[in-house]
This record gives sequence, structure tokens and C-alpha cells, in this order.
Amino acid sequence: MGRSTLHVLKGISFDVQQGEMVAIMGSSGSGKSTLLNILGMLDVADSGSYTLDKEPIKNLDETKAAIYRNKFLGFVFQSFNLISYKTALENVMLPLYYQKIGRKDRQERAQKFLEKVGLGPWATHHPNELSGGQKQRVAIARALVSEPKVLLADEPTGALDSKTSYELMDVLQTINDTGITLLIVTHEKDIANMCKRIVHLRDGVIVEDKKIKQVRANSYVK
Amino acid sequence: MFKILFDRDTWQEIFGSIQKNKLRTAVTVIGVLWGIFIYITLSGASKGLDNGFERQFEEVAINSLFVWAQRTSIPYDGFRTGRNMQLKLDDQNYLMQRVPQLQYVAPRIARGVFGGNGSSVKRGGKSGDYAVYGDFPILVKIAAKDIFDGGRFINQADIDNQRKVCVIGERTQMELFEKSEDPIGNYVQMDDMFFQVIGVHKFSGGGGFESDSDIFIPFTTFKKLYNTGDNVDWFAMAAYDDADVVAVEKDIKAALKVKHRVHPDDERAFGSFNLGEVFNRVKGFSSGMNILSVVVGIATILAGVIGIGNILLISVRERTKELGIRRALGATPKEVRMQILIESVFLTLIAGILGIILGAFVLAIINIMTSDNSSLPYTNPTVPIKFILGALGLMVGLGTLIGLIPAQRAVSIKPIDALKEE
Repeated sequence: MGRSTLHVLKGISFDVQQGEMVAIMGSSGSGKSTLLNILGMLDVADSGSYTLDKEPIKNLDETKAAIYRNKFLGFVFQSFNLISYKTALENVMLPLYYQKIGRKDRQERAQKFLEKVGLGPWATHHPNELSGGQKQRVAIARALVSEPKVLLADEPTGALDSKTSYELMDVLQTINDTGITLLIVTHEKDIANMCKRIVHLRDGVIVEDKKIKQVRANSYVK
Repeated sequence: MFKILFDRDTWQEIFGSIQKNKLRTAVTVIGVLWGIFIYITLSGASKGLDNGFERQFEEVAINSLFVWAQRTSIPYDGFRTGRNMQLKLDDQNYLMQRVPQLQYVAPRIARGVFGGNGSSVKRGGKSGDYAVYGDFPILVKIAAKDIFDGGRFINQADIDNQRKVCVIGERTQMELFEKSEDPIGNYVQMDDMFFQVIGVHKFSGGGGFESDSDIFIPFTTFKKLYNTGDNVDWFAMAAYDDADVVAVEKDIKAALKVKHRVHPDDERAFGSFNLGEVFNRVKGFSSGMNILSVVVGIATILAGVIGIGNILLISVRERTKELGIRRALGATPKEVRMQILIESVFLTLIAGILGIILGAFVLAIINIMTSDNSSLPYTNPTVPIKFILGALGLMVGLGTLIGLIPAQRAVSIKPIDALKEE
């Protein structure tokens, strides 16, 4: 949280089409998380423009950013970031609460998304009663429940073993199949290979941007 | 804003975060609860004291005063110094005329009160020495006499006919009569003269030197029995409610000095006791107590509310990450601020209401414990409802103000920084 300025990103320009599944790779300090945070409107770029769904994102104050995040974006974090005193279902309901959606409606929709990630029976469990993979799937359900255009995942498999990681990637691929755009920050090659495009960052610039042939995660999941 | 307050979900969020840390909530609540509890008990107690004083004085006219004769200290009009003064019966009318603020003037005469022997009173084989007062019926206007059922005080006919009737005290009754006997209508022998008992008076504390064994007889009877002529020992007087008792006292003495030919500057010729002034002083004391209780109460409430602010500030720090998550999920700064604020006000209010209930409970216990102790100046400790509402309002106001600090703090951290914190 230091006040000293550090230019992490030094000129990045790229477009992502709807329905893409992009892996952002790079070693630590390459600026991949910063890029994701700017895309997620959690952070602001010093200069440059950002257009989301034909809408220029600029002059963001906190309130506006919050509304955009709520409407357009879903977040998945490495450390899950579930609220510990809420059940899985309540965690998933939370974004809808900030959309001022009625309680019953919220509950139904949250339940539906929990079932989508295969956690229907776990709805009333608290995060500390869930495994890492289950927690991350709750987080995914939470990110999806507001039906965002883009899902941003910062090292979603960083805290999971490889088997669970693949299971999770399977879930993410299924989501991508429904047309939701995914951006995944990762430094694991096998995870990146499960996306459709890999963007390599080094020292704040894009060094490589290529489309790849997606490896389906379910081929690993037995 | 009102929509937020009446939204069930808002409360669900708030209850969720309150329940998350029960200890924190409890400690917070106790802080304010203690403040309002102190305030309620203190101001209730001071009101009880106030009521108690009022009760002690209720037997006596609040602005009553007493004047008696002493000795002169300045030679005047041909009289030497040290002349013994003597009040006379005609001073009564004279004073009523000269001091229009006086409502009642009752001449009194007594034996066995200021030194000297009382009268020896006998009945059957029993006897005792008691203070005897010669009184007019008007006395009850100044110092009410509680007469037990079936009896009465001296009336005008008793005065006119110099009747040999008496009102005896509770203790006199116990000492001269059997428990089963009704003294009313019976006779007692006072200095070899038979007196018919017409009433038994209940002892009241406020009168000063009087006791539960005093015997009251008609002034005129006293005068004939003890051959005291028109002498008066002292005047018991009451001024009108709106009169300034200190000024009235001055006027009375000035008038008496003229009539009895005493030097105007002679302060010793007449003595006086101004109950009204004493009463005012007591009143001043209890209103001072009231102010004190309000000040202390507000200060403790303030301390409690600051405690709430403090603990919420810590809790906001603890919840930095949670608040960051909420904001990443779309909570606007206003919503986060509002949540913290409502939490603050809600906690304050709950604590306040609990404190009021606890305070009322303690006051009720004190009331039960002191209710049979009539000599303690403490009656019916209450706190006016508007004071309670005022205190609650103050707490909500302060809770809001103090809640603004952690609320602002909660949104001053950028969500990204909040999320980074591990």
C-alpha cells in the first residue's frame, strides 16, 4: 500500500472479442494482475482508454465503478474471498443484493448457479465447511450470478491441487461455452493451455499474443 | 434512505455482521448501556431526592416563617438596652395589616418546649410530662396536623368557649391509654384540670421542634390555665405562594420594631426562622443534583458512544477485506457507508433501550427498598419520559456522528487495496 509510484504497465493494447477465453501469463511482477485490476475497474490506468461492450469506461468514481462491476463483471480470486459468516448460498446471493433484486428471486437464482457449479446440496454450508475447490466454485457461482459479460479470474487455481484445478477449469470452460468472455491470469502453462488464447506479459508489455488450440479439461478429469 | 431502513435485507446484512463477532457486539453494547444506565439511575435518584424533600415539607406551608421575641441590643426611645421583648396577641392583626403578603398568622404559646417543665399529665395510674401548646385552629393552615380518624383539631368554638379539650400525640396515647382504648372522648388530668381528648395527631417530621408527644389545647384555655394574659411565645406565619419570603421576613420585623418601640437597626430584638428560605435552599440543592445528574449522564453516554465509534473503527479494520469483497461485487461507497452507519445507530439504540430497562429496574428496586423508610428524603424515583426520549435521541444523534468516522474509513480504502490485504 505504499505511496511511491511504480509504472507497472508500459503500454498495452489488445482487444478481446465476446466469447473468448484468454489466459494472461507472465512471471510475477510482469503486470498481469494490474492489467486484470484495471479491466476489473478495481484500479485505474494513468492513461489510455478502455472500452467495454462499446461503452468507454472513463472518469470512474467509486460509485460508478461499483455499478459497472456489478453489472458487467464477475470476479474470481486466488484466495476465493468468500465472506466467512455467510453460507454458500448467501455468498452467491450477495451481488444480486447490490442489484436490489428481491430476496426470493435472489435465492432462486443463486441456487440455480450453485447447481450449475455442482454445489446444489452445499447451499447451506459455510465456507469453512467446504474444500478449496468447492470454495472456488462458490466464488465462480457468485461471479456468474449477476450474469456478467466478462469473468475475470486472478489465479483461480493458484490455491488448488492439479486435479481440483482441472475440475475447476472444466467448470470455467463450460461457462465459456455459454458465451461468457473469460480472462484468466495464471502462471501455470497447463491452465493457460485450456484457454483459447494466451497473452504473455513481461515487464509491463505484451511479448506474445497467440490463439491456441484449446485443451479440454474434462479429458483430464476422470 | 428510508427505503434502506425498512428493507428486510439491510437488516439481514446488519444482523449477519453483528452476529459474526458476538463478543465485539456485546462489549460495544455494554459501553453505551452503562452510560444510559448511569444516567437513568442518577437522574431517577435525584428526582427521588427531590420528591423526598417535597414530601418532608408537605406538612408545612412551603413559605412559612416563625418569629419570636428576644432582647434588645440598642437603647432606644428612652428604653435601656437588654430589654426583654414580649409578643402580644394584638400583634397578629397588626402584622396582617402591615404586611399584606402574609396569608396566615398563628399565635402560639407553649410550655416545656424551650427549656422549662412541661405539664404533668395524669390518667388513672399513669402519668407523664409533656410539652403543651396553646393554639388557634388557623395553625393547621401553616403546619398541617394529621389527625387520626375519629378525632379533630381545635376549632373556633373551643377558642370562644375556652373549652378544656386537647389533642394528644401518638406517644402520649401509647403512654396514657391501653391499646384497646379509644382515647377520643376520654379525659386526662393536666395540672389538676380535666381535659377531654378530641383528637390524636400523627407525628410529622417537617415541623422542626415538635414531637410525637405534644399536647395541643385551645390558646384561650392555655391563657386562663397558666395565666399568661395576651402573651404570645411566637408567631407561625405563612406568606402567599408568590411572595418573596426573605422580603416578607424583613417587613415583619420592621413592623414589629415600630410597634414595640425598638431601634430600627436592632437585629437582636426579634428572632426568626425562615422555613421558606431553607426550603428554597434545599430546592436549589436538588436542582443542582438534577443538573449534575444530567451532566454526568450525558458525559457517560458520550463516553459510551465514543466507545462504540472506537470499536466500530476496529471492526472496520478487521473487516477491510470483507468490505473490499462487497465493493468488488458492486456495493457502492454509499451502501457500505450506510451499512456501517446503521450498524452504529442500531447498536447504540439497542444498548440504550437495554440500559433504560436496566436503569428502570434498579430504580424500582431502590423504590421498594426505601418505600417504608419515611424519614429518608427519598420518594418515587422517576425519570420523565421526555428525558428518556431526549437521552435516546442524543444517543442516536451521537451514534450517527461517531459512526460517520468508521463509515468514512470503510470507504476510504480502495477495494483493490482491501483485497490485497491478507
